[in-house]
Amino acid sequence: MSETIAAAPWITLTYLVTGICFILGLKWLSSPSRARQGNQIAAVGMVLALAATVLSGAIHTVGDIVIGVVVGAILGVVGARRVKMTAMPQMVAIFNGAGGGAAALVSMMDFLQTERGGFAFTPDVAVAIALSTVIGSVSFAGSIIAFAKLQEIMSGRPVAFPGMRIVSALVLLFIIVMAVLIIGFGGGDGALYALVAAALALGLLIVLPIGGADMPVVISLLNSFTGLAAAFTGFVLGNDVLIISGALVGASGTLLTQLMSKAMNRSLFNVLFAGVGAGGGQAAASTAGGAVRSTTVDDVATMLAYAGQVIIVPGYGLAVAQAQHNVRELADALEKRGVTVKYAIHPVAGRMPGHMNVLLAEANVPYTQLFEMEQINPEFPRTDVVLVIGANDVVNPAARTVRDSPIYGMPILDVDKAKSIVVLKRSMRSGFAGVDNPIFYDPKCAMLFGDAKDSVVKLVGAVAKV
Amino acid sequence: MAAHLLSELTVFVLAVFVGFEVISKVPTLLHTPLMSGTNAIHGIVLVGALLVAGVAHGPLEHALAIGAVTLATVNVVGGFLVTDRMLEMFKKKPQS
Repeated sequence: MSETIAAAPWITLTYLVTGICFILGLKWLSSPSRARQGNQIAAVGMVLALAATVLSGAIHTVGDIVIGVVVGAILGVVGARRVKMTAMPQMVAIFNGAGGGAAALVSMMDFLQTERGGFAFTPDVAVAIALSTVIGSVSFAGSIIAFAKLQEIMSGRPVAFPGMRIVSALVLLFIIVMAVLIIGFGGGDGALYALVAAALALGLLIVLPIGGADMPVVISLLNSFTGLAAAFTGFVLGNDVLIISGALVGASGTLLTQLMSKAMNRSLFNVLFAGVGAGGGQAAASTAGGAVRSTTVDDVATMLAYAGQVIIVPGYGLAVAQAQHNVRELADALEKRGVTVKYAIHPVAGRMPGHMNVLLAEANVPYTQLFEMEQINPEFPRTDVVLVIGANDVVNPAARTVRDSPIYGMPILDVDKAKSIVVLKRSMRSGFAGVDNPIFYDPKCAMLFGDAKDSVVKLVGAVAKV
Repeated sequence: MAAHLLSELTVFVLAVFVGFEVISKVPTLLHTPLMSGTNAIHGIVLVGALLVAGVAHGPLEHALAIGAVTLATVNVVGGFLVTDRMLEMFKKKPQS
């Protein structure tokens, strides 16, 4: 019904300005110096679009809106302020799920309101309602599972049961049947509710079998889904600003998803359907084996103090232990002794691409010491000590050699080419991908067991005494 | 209606191309904030939520309206704030 009301020219023009703000915002977000302004100009565009909508005269009852905006704003502010930088991926997941859920609800409401008004749908609107409801619901349910896995409310391991793919295919078929009912045969409320329920189930079925390590890729994909859902909601309501913004996010999110899969050297298809860690982990564990050499703080301090070049490989474990600041102290102490210290940042270090850069920036580590994988890999053979702190999968040589390993083909940091390796690790537990790491059994490698922060603090003290 | 649909499709397709072009060269460094930033932008669905909530009738529609507006507001407010928090740190000159 909303599409019958033609928007006033000034509203359309304001929406155009919003579109321009979003495009500029995305463009500026691509460069470190202007990224913050990019986000801010996008926020300005958002405020303009919302103000124009409120003043458009199309809003007749405000009670629901006031409640929703107040509750939503409180939740949003508290969530954004209080989240730790380490928990960023799951925060993005939950915000994304909220957007997907909202898109689905908006389309459902337009359906119910059109029915209530006794209007008939044109086929194009019916198609848009079906698409935005389904995609939004899939994104909502999928994001919640992604959140639960990353927050470790549920196991990060892939969850699968026999015949899962057949069930998924049947659910998808059911969704198509319901959509056809709604689009072509005047299917009513019942068909719509069935459609939503099935789409929520599909969201669960898509994300459950995916391992925690691949979750960032999934969140990025769901992010672009929500964009598309918003765009289709725009078709439902005949609203250009939704179409433009949704399409922008749908496209840029898809591109970002491809970049992320590429960083792990896997196709998107492989991420979605291979079920990393479901079975391969155990097989790889049994092939590694051998003796692990454990070392002491004083030994490591001596090695570091007399090294020419040290490369630090930070992983998620370092962030969890909140040891970023202590690592910087250690690096400073070593540099004072004339040791060259560099940080090797794997593209997927942390839990999503660029996550480790955010975490180290938080600890004031200078950019000049951060090196990306391609830059740092040639350096390892002339490096005396590599300090691996809370990283595992990104330094696992099984990715190069073991064909049946779940992480086979992922580009890794070549730490095994360095003269010696020290791994700071809490225990012999395997990494996020659930794969054992043969590097621990390398004769050049020594393990310093314990809490990462604890060990680094002790190292700083020991280096001072060397 | 057909003309309307055609112009909407045109806008959609062109916006998709702009979306691809505009972010094609992002350093890995900024992937996390970018993901969070695009995430905030699809909070624009709040505009749609306001429009349908503004004409809601009956308990079911009111419940759905509150749900839609709340979720979309969380997306907008949380998305932009958390992105800003991340980018604020990036701006800092580490050694000064």
